[in-house]
Amino acid sequence: MDPNRRSLRWLVAIPTLFLAYFFVYPLVSILWVSLTSGDGRSWAEILHTARIGKVAWFSVWQATASTVLTVLLGIPVAWAFSRFDFPGRRLLRAAMTIPFVLPTVVVAAAFMVLFGRTSSLPLVETVWIVLIAHVFYNLAVVVRVVGGMWESIDDRLVEAARTMGANRWTAFRTVTLPLLRPAIAAASAIVFLFSFTSFGVVLLLGGIRYSTIEVAVWRRYFLLDLQGAATLAVIQLIGVTVVLTVYASWQRKRQTQQTVRAGRLPAPIGWKQRTVVFGIIGLALVAELGPLVTLIVRSFKTSDGYGFANFAALTNPDSAFLVTPATAIGNSLRFGLAAVALAVLIGGLASVVIAAHRTSTWFDTLLMLPLGTSAVTIGFGFIVALDWPIDLRTSTMLVPIAHALVAIPFVVRTTVPVLASIRNHLREAAATLGASPRQVLRKIDLPIAAKALAAGGGLAFAVSLGEFGATSFIARPSTPTLPVAIFRFLARPAEASFGKAMAMSTILMLVTAVVILAIDGYRAGDL
Amino acid sequence: MELSSQMGSSSSNEGGLNLKLFTAVIVACLVLAACSTTATDEPTELVLLTHDSFALSEGTLDAFTAETGIKVTVLEGGDGGSLVTQAVLSKDNPTGDVLYGVDNTLLTRALDLFVPYESPALSSLDPSLVTDPRVTPIDFGDVCLNYEKSAFAEIAPPTGLDDLLQPAYANMLVVENPATSSPGLAFLLATIVEYGEDGWQDYWTNLLANGTVIAPDWETAYYTNFTGGGGTGSPIVVSYASSPPAGVIFAEEPTDEALTATVTNGCFRQIEYAGILKDSEAARKLVDFMLSKDFQEDIPLNMFVFPARTDAALPTEFVDYTEIPSNPLTMDPETIDANRDRWIDEWTQIAAP
Repeated sequence: MDPNRRSLRWLVAIPTLFLAYFFVYPLVSILWVSLTSGDGRSWAEILHTARIGKVAWFSVWQATASTVLTVLLGIPVAWAFSRFDFPGRRLLRAAMTIPFVLPTVVVAAAFMVLFGRTSSLPLVETVWIVLIAHVFYNLAVVVRVVGGMWESIDDRLVEAARTMGANRWTAFRTVTLPLLRPAIAAASAIVFLFSFTSFGVVLLLGGIRYSTIEVAVWRRYFLLDLQGAATLAVIQLIGVTVVLTVYASWQRKRQTQQTVRAGRLPAPIGWKQRTVVFGIIGLALVAELGPLVTLIVRSFKTSDGYGFANFAALTNPDSAFLVTPATAIGNSLRFGLAAVALAVLIGGLASVVIAAHRTSTWFDTLLMLPLGTSAVTIGFGFIVALDWPIDLRTSTMLVPIAHALVAIPFVVRTTVPVLASIRNHLREAAATLGASPRQVLRKIDLPIAAKALAAGGGLAFAVSLGEFGATSFIARPSTPTLPVAIFRFLARPAEASFGKAMAMSTILMLVTAVVILAIDGYRAGDL
Repeated sequence: MELSSQMGSSSSNEGGLNLKLFTAVIVACLVLAACSTTATDEPTELVLLTHDSFALSEGTLDAFTAETGIKVTVLEGGDGGSLVTQAVLSKDNPTGDVLYGVDNTLLTRALDLFVPYESPALSSLDPSLVTDPRVTPIDFGDVCLNYEKSAFAEIAPPTGLDDLLQPAYANMLVVENPATSSPGLAFLLATIVEYGEDGWQDYWTNLLANGTVIAPDWETAYYTNFTGGGGTGSPIVVSYASSPPAGVIFAEEPTDEALTATVTNGCFRQIEYAGILKDSEAARKLVDFMLSKDFQEDIPLNMFVFPARTDAALPTEFVDYTEIPSNPLTMDPETIDANRDRWIDEWTQIAAP
């Protein structure tokens, strides 16, 4: 072991304590309370009633199919965005992240228009719509995680292979792909977990025939069947842990190191390359933003044509519990900033430790676990557990903490592959020249990791803007964020309210694009 | 400081880093502590735990504070089911003083949570709403069939549950899944009351055979499927008796005509209750205030349900565009609680065999 880097071990304490208190402790508490609240039913009985075989099988196979599809479709898009520079590149890439933050109920409304019963492609209530929706939601994950890695690959490696006679495909397969593999695996792990624990998509678009374990858990809680819910949550947790352990040990065996690239991206050269690059980007944008256009159009629709009436109406709330867009944006941004700060701090520290091989598989698995744990279970876990040692259950901080739990894996998964690929001799050279471990961290690891941290931070912000995870199940003071404001309008039975909800959704899309753009801009300015 | 210097002494060149980390942890803990609202026994502050459909006019709660000196913080705990689950899970150390928003379909499981209190204002309420001293009825809403008026120019709108099986109304209805939606469950209960424990299954088999669409939740049913809410396909929807006036009130252009109407037969009544989780004089005052005329008259236009007080004046839209069903279907909370899971499972078998 490298004695200079031993001190990094201390870093593991902060993420571990954070996860222990805000994840493991609530989770164990809720499972304990629920499982012991039973009425004498056996596990077998509960699992039989829940048709666990069918539900578990559907969860696994649709998640696998969603992951394969998302990665296959995402890689060309990641390539186009990360290997070439062209006007509007950052803006378009930021726009690609918009679907990721939209509340399912909003996306479902758009999909109903395109794939509803009365449309020309009636896919609603089939498994196809579930897969399409998962690709739609998660493409941004692949583009950002894989793209973040791809950007840092030294072209000279590929050029060398080409000089030695390898054709494009061989060069990709033997040089680029192995270098990208950790990032692809990371993106796959995230997409798999998201799809495996898919809730809104399956519930709203899949119809009553399809159910993931996550949906089944939620249904049991809806029936106040705590024991049933917890039993199913345990099954899901076991499945996720197995997948994550396999992933973590696989990833450990396949580390690659390289010299990271410096310098500017080239513009696509020649009509052939331009056609391919812009063709891929064009298709991706149509697929990702096309469905949203129906919502944006709807937000401008008024009783006599098109205009800003819905937006104008938002600035004049007619109830104390509705908020102006400015207030909702303010709330969303405040929560987002707190969540990103937590996620980048904790995820960043964890990444440094993981990349330096100073942890075992369990730590890696623990970090990813919140992403694959039933959100409703964590939410109720907060209620059961977090009144000790101080009562945090009704704290405003609980919302960004819940967001951070889901966001940390994104930060870790974008940062570790990049950090791990930094050649050790860079660090050793620095150490030889008298740099302390802290200096090595600051001068070598951090600048290189900043890019990846920002990519992860962008996704973390998106997670928070989209209100993922446990937040809908914890009691919170009345601080309406953008998604909450959208729900409030949707809860009112009037066509005009739907227009206002769509106007608020359009604002959420805009805010997302601006925030992601700002984070990406920081990346460019910083390096 | 003593701890940090001990940590620092383990290796001299690590001291700076560890000290920094240690400070960061302390700062993080302090920030968390400062932001947390610590539990308080002071009777001058109350926490009202409710669902996220809760809404009042500006100033309604301020009036209570001005009158009593008691400040009220509103905490939202998700939808009705999530709210009750949270309250059950935090029974030993409640997160609020008063809970508002548990309805009769979930009441039995929640009753144990509450401290009995009978407000002097109970006498002003519709007596059919009062059930148990542990809870106080605040409002009610009827889950009813709604229809788009313009779709029934040539044929008459349905008049009750029986009509929905007629070929004339084939492919017209959208209902919500009772396993995932509160109005969906209410509608299932309505059919069980109407057709009995042995008859509702056949009713549903026939209803589904007549082209009924099942939506996962009310939002999807109303906005995506119901033609009266801007959707396509279904001119009849399971919604609330208060939905038609809402359509008028929130219409883009001022209008005096509702586009939708309520079928007043076959409605299921949902009653919402408040209960005291942590007993105090202040908590009792808050319950009294929720039964005051000011609060009760503020309910309809904010939450689109009807006030429990019989002498609370209704907004004109509620009088003009809908009516309170005179004989709504009901079921006592114990029966609902004892059978709900089984009914939902049986329904699921019928709908998705």
